[in-house]
Amino acid sequence: MPKDGGIGSSTKRREDVRFLSGTGNYTDDINLHGQLYAHFVRSDVAHGRINSIGAEAAEAMPGVVKVFTAKDFEGVGGVPCGWQITSIDGNPMQEPKHPVLAEGKVRHVGDPIAVVVAESLEQARDAGEALEIDIEMLDAVVDMKKALEPGATKVHDDLDSNLCYDWGFVQENKDAVDEAIKNADHVTTLELVNNRLVANPMEPRVAVGDYNRSTDEHTLYTTSQNPHVIRLLMGAFVLGIPEHKLRVVAPDVGGGFGTKIFHYAEEAFCTFAAKALNRPVKWTSTRSEAFMSDAHGRDHVTKIELAMDADNNFTAVRTETHANMGAYLSTFAPSVPTWLHGTLMAGNYKTPLIYVNVKAVFTNTVPVDAYRGAGRPEATFQLERVIDKAARERGVSPIELRRQNFITEFPYATPVAVEYDTGDYHATMDKVLEMSDHAGFEARAAESKKNGKLRGFGIAHYIEACGIAPSNLVGQLGARAGLYESATVRVNATGSISVMTGSHSHGQGHETSFAQVVSEMIGIDANQIDIIHGDTAKGPMGMGTYGSRSIAVGGSAMVRATEKIIAKAKKIAAHLMEASEGDIELKDGQFTVAGTDKSVAWGDVTLAAYVPHNYPLEDIEPGLEETAFYDPANFTYPSGGYVCEVEVDPETGKADVVAFSAADDFGNVINPMIVEGQVHGGVAQGFGQAMMENCAYDADGQLISASYMDYAMPRALDLPMIQVDHSCQTPCTHNPLGVKGCGEAGAIGSPPAFVNAVIDALNRGGHKVDHIDMPLSPDRIWSAMHAAK
Amino acid sequence: MELTGSRTIEADRETVWNALLDRDVLKDCVPGCTEMSGNAEDGFEATVVQKVGPVKATFKGQVTLEDMEKPASLKISGEGKGGAAGFASGGAKVKLREEGGATVLDYDVEAKVGGKIAQLGSRIIDSFAKKMADQFFTDFKDAVEGPGDDAEATGPNAASDDAAAPAEAKKEKKGWFAKLKSS
Repeated sequence: MPKDGGIGSSTKRREDVRFLSGTGNYTDDINLHGQLYAHFVRSDVAHGRINSIGAEAAEAMPGVVKVFTAKDFEGVGGVPCGWQITSIDGNPMQEPKHPVLAEGKVRHVGDPIAVVVAESLEQARDAGEALEIDIEMLDAVVDMKKALEPGATKVHDDLDSNLCYDWGFVQENKDAVDEAIKNADHVTTLELVNNRLVANPMEPRVAVGDYNRSTDEHTLYTTSQNPHVIRLLMGAFVLGIPEHKLRVVAPDVGGGFGTKIFHYAEEAFCTFAAKALNRPVKWTSTRSEAFMSDAHGRDHVTKIELAMDADNNFTAVRTETHANMGAYLSTFAPSVPTWLHGTLMAGNYKTPLIYVNVKAVFTNTVPVDAYRGAGRPEATFQLERVIDKAARERGVSPIELRRQNFITEFPYATPVAVEYDTGDYHATMDKVLEMSDHAGFEARAAESKKNGKLRGFGIAHYIEACGIAPSNLVGQLGARAGLYESATVRVNATGSISVMTGSHSHGQGHETSFAQVVSEMIGIDANQIDIIHGDTAKGPMGMGTYGSRSIAVGGSAMVRATEKIIAKAKKIAAHLMEASEGDIELKDGQFTVAGTDKSVAWGDVTLAAYVPHNYPLEDIEPGLEETAFYDPANFTYPSGGYVCEVEVDPETGKADVVAFSAADDFGNVINPMIVEGQVHGGVAQGFGQAMMENCAYDADGQLISASYMDYAMPRALDLPMIQVDHSCQTPCTHNPLGVKGCGEAGAIGSPPAFVNAVIDALNRGGHKVDHIDMPLSPDRIWSAMHAAK
Repeated sequence: MELTGSRTIEADRETVWNALLDRDVLKDCVPGCTEMSGNAEDGFEATVVQKVGPVKATFKGQVTLEDMEKPASLKISGEGKGGAAGFASGGAKVKLREEGGATVLDYDVEAKVGGKIAQLGSRIIDSFAKKMADQFFTDFKDAVEGPGDDAEATGPNAASDDAAAPAEAKKEKKGWFAKLKSS
């Protein structure tokens, strides 16, 4: 019997009422008195020297208040990078300045050159066209390997080269890995591209800056996944505003997928300009701007080698990856191809020796940073693809090859520095094979064949490290931030509760699922509990939402704060019932004294806390409000098995996904419906990457897929109903809820399942195709089939 | 992208050469050109109104004639800035050779676009450029030879797609400008 409230209940999302009825409050819904509009004039060349910017004509146009250029930002800091990577030679990464507005040079299409601020958006745009900008075009570097050739044009003249860092992990293992590969019975090698993606949240980025002269306080309303992080980065490193004079509000946010983690120049600009002009300044990204100014995702080029012994046991993995940083280092860009990628290269397998080399490269393209999964999809994709190829080369079942090498004993310390606490990979494999009716596949394939179609079965397993992250560990790894989370639980006099969480919901349903946890703990109706997030003026310092961390880290902080509340409330209840504190029990919102019929209601206790007439004032303070910060002891390690079934039309090369099954182990689950929605969304994004999406540049660095005419986004009709299951549960051992996080899993585990299915279909049809780079468009599939003949 | 082609023009090389250097001829033949000033030695200043896919813009820029080897070959280069629409630049290497009493004009065009035109119109740039080049050299041939009876029929099919809009514009400038203003 499913529960109708609390942990484990598929409670309907309370936030959807406002989202679906058009009463949400998004940043673009915020309009302040006297507000001006900012229009960014951006580079339309990939690389060029700014000779001059003539603003006189533009500034004379109707409604124009001021045209800003880099000159106005002299003495203002650059947009900072939050993670430092150290190269194999011991040197820190090369870290170029990232000015708010381009200084001297433009380095990618979309690089902001000037901003027109005017009374109306139309006036700002018109004046933008009147700017006289003289840019001398320079050669652009787009291809990563060419960018590293001696004599290549440099993106940043003051750096030694276009190499940001050359990272080896685990460097001490390199010789042993090389030796194991040399001595292997068989080595399977695969070269592949993890295609560049544009995140495309439904709501484009928006920033509104406000300044109060009387109090010297700044407010930034912004589309962010982590307003406190923006306050810290922008206040401390860009504009020099102390935290107590800077409030950052991220109200309703319409999807982030990683690209709204980062601190962007537009946020700093609007905050800066609001003070300079003493009027609020608003910027709303157009979709075209989003394509060339939101940080992109992925863009890795990888060679992976998998060594096996004569019995097909994995003996070593060696990878070499070129990771595109784009023209500047976005906030967490350096961490994505390294610590979020290298540490995942063990996957679900007990490979004893692993070496990962990553060369991060500057190019004249939009900066690349975390996108749903961030490093982990790249790791999973190469591993799950090379295992599939190895199975084909060795003539064994890809399912059995995986099973044979699965890690089965936990905790398991991988050779890439992480320790998995729990998991049961055979269980998720069993489950997904059952869900996908693996046994009936051959009959379905025969049926497809009758219809002239090639049917394929693709299996992939994944592990991810999320619940990011233990602060002391990430500090050692170069993070310039801690990754704890905070919560304040404020119990009001009449018993209702406001929870201020440092997590941020931009589609995840925290307002519902977080309330379920507190409701379960105290035993009052979830409707009595509000979850408040997204405003630095309301809650304690928090690190925000990404890396599937909200319930595992933010939820744990909330549990800790609620535990403090309950402990104090029990003291009050003990006083009211003249009983011993140790005998007090809390159940269904009633405090009782064990072994008696004495009871006092939750609301009576909370009222006593604020009207302390009969109250143990000698022992405890009045009031009922507690804060907790939670720093996780380890990452969490969700895992799962995904199966995709495709039908390929050999005439056209079009692959239709006809079935998809996901068996995930997320540990304990708070709201199954929300978890299923997260997996659906993640799988759909994985489908987009595998089958449709591709961010393309031409050789001159022009972004040629910058609208939905050329950048193909998946639609509901492109996918079958995705079957999901989360009944395989090995709870996390180190957080109080036993939860692991589910936000990124679908996007991490699904791309190799799609590609493995298509490759399987082609090989079953007699086409000897080892690999096709994503996205698997009909053109690419057809060409691969015909090249293989 | 790169395009090559040729036209046989019923005129001698000297005439064709002079026409290539003539501001008014160029103004009439550059598709969408609304203004052209300057001269062959110092270069021309041109204003061109064009629509590439969904992007309509006024391009202002220079046209220069280089590597002139009278009357055999030259290079025509142009670069236009279209404000918010981005930019377009290109060049045509033109060779003239005599064949019978006529002149064969061989051309080798390369073109680049950037900014919004590249972002929104990349799928249609190649066909657009081909059409532009075709139209330029067809109109140039007509300009040199003088309008024939079938001048109407030689132009690209104006109704076929967006890229043909300039041809339509040429014939019905007023109508097209009226549309531009109202949009």
